[in-house]
Amino acid sequence: MTIAVLAVQGDFAEHEDALRSLGADCFEIRQQADLSRHFDGLILPGGESTVQGKLLRELGLFEPLRQKIEAGLPVFGTCAGLILLADKLSNDENVYFAALPATVRRNAYGRQLGSFYAEEEFSGLGKIPMTFIRAPFIESVHDGAEVLAEVGGNIVAARKGNVLGIAFHPEVDKNLAVHKYFLDMIKR
Amino acid sequence: MEKRYELNKNLAQMLKGGVIMDVTTPEQARIAEEAGACAVMALERIPADIRAAGGVSRMSDPAMIKGIQAAVSIPVMAKCRIGHFVEAQLLEAIEIDYIDESEVLSPADDKYHIDKTKFSVPFVCGAKDLGEALRRINEGAAMIRTKGEPGTGDVVQAVRHMRMMQSEIRRLVSMREDELFDAAKLLQVPYELALYVHENGKLPVVNFAAGGVATPADAALMMQLGAEGVFVGSGIFKSGNPAKRAAAIVKAVTNYTDAKLIAELSENLGEAMVGINEQEIELLMAERGK
Repeated sequence: MTIAVLAVQGDFAEHEDALRSLGADCFEIRQQADLSRHFDGLILPGGESTVQGKLLRELGLFEPLRQKIEAGLPVFGTCAGLILLADKLSNDENVYFAALPATVRRNAYGRQLGSFYAEEEFSGLGKIPMTFIRAPFIESVHDGAEVLAEVGGNIVAARKGNVLGIAFHPEVDKNLAVHKYFLDMIKR
Repeated sequence: MEKRYELNKNLAQMLKGGVIMDVTTPEQARIAEEAGACAVMALERIPADIRAAGGVSRMSDPAMIKGIQAAVSIPVMAKCRIGHFVEAQLLEAIEIDYIDESEVLSPADDKYHIDKTKFSVPFVCGAKDLGEALRRINEGAAMIRTKGEPGTGDVVQAVRHMRMMQSEIRRLVSMREDELFDAAKLLQVPYELALYVHENGKLPVVNFAAGGVATPADAALMMQLGAEGVFVGSGIFKSGNPAKRAAAIVKAVTNYTDAKLIAELSENLGEAMVGINEQEIELLMAERGK
């Protein structure tokens, strides 16, 4: 199985480490030429969503990836990746892939002093570590999106079909459960 | 506190592959964000102007920093003087995202750096070599950058510092474990940090390039030499077309090995900052704080 990791900015290398630990092949997408390779799933890493969104468009990656996601490509976004997947942002007029029926609030916990660590239930995975860095959360889901995890009354993970979006960073926690969940999503 | 340090190192991981830009006004901050900056450094005067003005250079006015915090949604960093832990306390009080304990400002202490383990907000510090980098990390820095020579538009010192750090890292990696005790002593760093570098082949925190980066090619050069991202100070807002140059540097950092693309990005950027050569400098900021 081969996973493409969007590598225009952010912590893509940590995702690649997690994928390799699980025995999956991966490669980086930095420009259009990279899209000619075959991939079974796509990861949108943490980072700055404004930067990633701008580079996706200006490097000609946005529309080809949007079409692949719409056609059913499994995609997994963490933090900035969740923002790129949401179909509505409550405090930002931008919308990117609009693939996950969810309303997401950017920088929902405030500045870096609001960043935190928690261990909470993730549907089907039990308690897992969750690192939130200037993180967003999901205010609400609609159109049949499933809530997978909540922390302190806020939704932090949701899925609809081929699209998985989470507000935290399993890639920095050395816990592979959510990456394994995503690989299982692809296998089915 | 241990978890807070992890969270602070994690924020630097999110900045990787990005460009952090010096800005002096909310308007410049918005231009930087539009151009694709992953964070901005709020300061009253950019290093080239600090250098030109001379005199004592201090932390910026908190009102000016707050204006920039209100203008953008990306992380905002600000500088305090080396050793000036009260300036750092003030920056923490206004909830800055990252403090740069910076040699660009006049040092407030010529012996001690700030004990950064006492703070909840993260610190980035400059380093010329591996010893300086690991000493700053031991004091609690959650991110390292090369010192370079700020405000010169001359990349030579950033190159020298990055090459020095990378070659010292390779040297530690190549050692037998029983040689690390002596290596740590010579580097003037704790054994545990020398061991980490030996085992992992990199610093325990993210390492950016800074100081004198003025063109997309400069930025890509630093990335190819092993930087995980780039600070650009005077190079942008001292140039002819800041927005265009900033956007070009951002793309060059993402595709830092694609010479064809970087050549295209480098076309018609307008005038680069004039810059000054190493031999013409009267004040070597990189010699502040070791």
